[in-house]
Amino acid sequence: MGESRELELPIIGIHCDECATRIERALGELPGVAKARVNAVSERAFVTHDPETAPVATLVESIRAAGFDVGLARVHLSVEGLHCASCVTKIEGAVRALPGVQSTEVSLANEEVVVDYRPAQVAPGELRIAVESAGYRVRESGAGAAAAMPHEHHAATAKPVEGEETEDAAARERDREYRRLRSKFLVASVIAVPVTVLSYPGYVPGLKSLSDETIRIIWALTAVAVLPVLLYSGSHFFTGAWFAFRHRSADMNTLIALGVGAAWIYSVVAVAVPQLFPEGTAEPFFDVVGVVVALVVLGQVLELRAKGRSSEAIKKLMGLQAKTARVIRDGTEVDVPVEEVLVDDLVVVRPGEKIPVDGVVAGGHSSVDESMITGEPIPVEKVEGDQVIGATINKTGSFRFRATKVGKDTALAQIVRMVQEAQGSKAPIQRLVDVVAGYFVPAVMLIAIAAFVVWFVAGPDPSITYALVVAVTVLIIACPCALGLATPMSLMVGVGKAAEKGILIRNGEALQQAQGLDAVVLDKTGTITLGKPSLTDVVTWGDFPEADLVRLAASVERSSEHPLAQAIVEGARDRGHELVDPDEFEAVPGHGVTARVEGRSVQLGNLAYMRQLGVALGNLEERASTLADQGKTPMFAVVDGRAAGVIAVADTVKEDSRVAIKRLQEMGLEVIMITGDNRRTAEAIAREVGISRVLAEVLPKDKAHQIHLLQAEGKKVAMVGDGINDAPALAQADVGMAIGTGTDVAIEASDITLITGSLRGVVTAVEVSRATMRNIKQNLFGAFIYNTAGIPVAAGILYPVFGALLSPLIAGAAMAFSSVTVVTNANRLRLFEPRMVATPAVTDVRVEGAAV
Amino acid sequence: MSLTDVVVIAGGLGLGVLVVWYFWLSSSGGVKAASVDGMQELTVVVKGGYTPDTIVVKRGRPVRLNFNRQESASCSEMVLFPDFDRSAKLPEGTVVPIEFTPEKVGEFGFQCQMGMFRGRLIVE
Repeated sequence: MGESRELELPIIGIHCDECATRIERALGELPGVAKARVNAVSERAFVTHDPETAPVATLVESIRAAGFDVGLARVHLSVEGLHCASCVTKIEGAVRALPGVQSTEVSLANEEVVVDYRPAQVAPGELRIAVESAGYRVRESGAGAAAAMPHEHHAATAKPVEGEETEDAAARERDREYRRLRSKFLVASVIAVPVTVLSYPGYVPGLKSLSDETIRIIWALTAVAVLPVLLYSGSHFFTGAWFAFRHRSADMNTLIALGVGAAWIYSVVAVAVPQLFPEGTAEPFFDVVGVVVALVVLGQVLELRAKGRSSEAIKKLMGLQAKTARVIRDGTEVDVPVEEVLVDDLVVVRPGEKIPVDGVVAGGHSSVDESMITGEPIPVEKVEGDQVIGATINKTGSFRFRATKVGKDTALAQIVRMVQEAQGSKAPIQRLVDVVAGYFVPAVMLIAIAAFVVWFVAGPDPSITYALVVAVTVLIIACPCALGLATPMSLMVGVGKAAEKGILIRNGEALQQAQGLDAVVLDKTGTITLGKPSLTDVVTWGDFPEADLVRLAASVERSSEHPLAQAIVEGARDRGHELVDPDEFEAVPGHGVTARVEGRSVQLGNLAYMRQLGVALGNLEERASTLADQGKTPMFAVVDGRAAGVIAVADTVKEDSRVAIKRLQEMGLEVIMITGDNRRTAEAIAREVGISRVLAEVLPKDKAHQIHLLQAEGKKVAMVGDGINDAPALAQADVGMAIGTGTDVAIEASDITLITGSLRGVVTAVEVSRATMRNIKQNLFGAFIYNTAGIPVAAGILYPVFGALLSPLIAGAAMAFSSVTVVTNANRLRLFEPRMVATPAVTDVRVEGAAV
Repeated sequence: MSLTDVVVIAGGLGLGVLVVWYFWLSSSGGVKAASVDGMQELTVVVKGGYTPDTIVVKRGRPVRLNFNRQESASCSEMVLFPDFDRSAKLPEGTVVPIEFTPEKVGEFGFQCQMGMFRGRLIVE
């Protein structure tokens, strides 16, 4: 047996001591393993093994065979210059030589090395050094995309659409392209100015006196002078046109290349063989070549700049990711890159720090600012057992939490992925554009040909010059870009803006549906209300002290598991009462509970229980009935055989539900409440929040049917509910909006996910959708008008009546700025702010509620 | 009407027919995606269009299309598969895979953001 090594492996799926024994046995049976010990609590295996006879891979295999998995991290390294099969073996050899590397896979096609490794033993940095020492350069972004995840997820996430990496690469590329276009523009404009001056010798003092012969020589020189404009500044029009042509398609490049090319060739011919043309008409327009290329390139420069801004939202989201995490490993706190945090790691967070990944608080408490994810401005209190979301900021206290989701599974990663997907999706409104876009460019070419023929045959003299100028102008003014960009640009900005406000829109279709809604159906429990009962009213009998009543009742209920009992206990704690343990606790089924507290006999229960006890209730019975009318659950309390009062418990309305519903109604939407609760409770809540139409006593399975009935009334209906119980209704509705629970953002049935529980999200969702669709319509309208008006004018339709003809120079300017306008208009959406401001305090809502 | 006019009219009509035929009426054949380990995989080069622009895949089996964009024109910056709700940014010179499983037989389009570049995905 060779040299033996100590190894620590994180294990996934240990739930019992017996599991640990099973793994120990499986490992112990392997030849080459001297000792194997598994700690079920830390979920780690400690193995003393001989790497020669029992390599790590064999250990992992036997652990898997025993029904468990090994927590491994995976890193993608993007490597430059990976071309040959021999590179693969070289790199694999270098990386595998490191301790802690479980497997490597080199992909030539992606120029990428994927390594599974144990983070406890080797850091991604060391992996990089290994690759580099083998003679290859690792691209920076590759390491940035490193993602740690339990091995079990690997198959599913073999190569998902990369988020940050792609976005970074896209930004870098955009920057390169920007600089490239800018220098192209500079060259074109420096040449275009003198060329334009020389093109009109008749108007320039000093050139006027020159002979025709000299002017012709100057023109010949300008023909050469504009060549750099064509071959450098405008080269991408020609190459683009050529590649498109080979694909039997045509785009903006085709139009510009044809227009500019035709102008240059015509001009060269006019200068070289003027005798082909009628006397005195052989004038070149090299100025068109220079100016049009310069303007269109300028347009592209500006468009690129504006486009960079439109993806700001997604960049902002990605920038939220924490870079490091403080993790407890082997009992000590260590700072590790966030990629190396594993599921079930204990993470420590201090005040002011960013929470690195998603998890559940395991100790300590604090308030956390979740506004970056949920859009909710008020910090949220976190105690043991509460979920925390990665990228949110810890405000006041320190706490530890157990990581539940890391890498690509975190809420933030899901949000980024969902937003990116939505930004790239299509709104139905674009279908028309798609049809048009398919025919647009060839159609423009046909119009240019027709215009040329008509002007040549029927136009004024010199007809060939007119015909050419008109054809060139038509080609140049047509702008498929404005049309094509109209919808996607607005969609991108709008969806991004919504995400900033904690609203995830699944795709363009959902967005378009949301702006055309007629009715919003709100589930009562958990949507309008908090979804859990709380103590709302305390009515005392005679001079019985209120504090005693609450304390005694809550102390009795301490021993009860019932949710209503829990509400009373929590309510008493909130009021600052110290509770004691009850003696002789007994539940009286269907009636209530009885116990001894502080030596006093206390009973709590319904009216039937009071009748059975034979207690005189006086006007308490009436008060209880009033509370019941308000949708509350009243309970009578008896102390030492005499009535002490009534305590009422109810599911309370979320503080901003009323304001949100009012706003929805102001926006012209019919708001309807749906619930499985009885009519009395439902109507009480409906009254409180100002809803007049209530669908009560609806069984969960019938909710979808109710939505269908509303749709049959001819309404476009949105359903707002939780993503699990209400899934069929969400799917049936035109727009399903799921109220999220923070970390579970990718709710399948929903078109729109509201990350916060607040109904204000519904308002914002509708407002964002409306603003975005309005923006899209403006863009489309502008682009359609521009093209349908611009092309006929360029073709000379105004000439017979007004004698007006468009200069190709103006056409070039118009074309360049039409697409810039579309992008700029879309960017205006970034300024969108929902009109409803956050409700400041609970009391405001109550006041409004009382006014009804 | 002079002879030149007639020639120009005839030339214009001819050119028009050529444009219509070349861009609208003719089309190229499809390329089948190779199947490796049950994954139907194909590389699509993005340069003035998609090569290949007609892709034939089988239903119910995962598809991975590796897009390799070799140009900088911002038009082709994104590729969309609207019927599958998939889209991706394509940085120049990077291979970006798009994965999905077609569940329905039929012909589906894919395209750049603006609809200038188009391809067809035929699911059999």
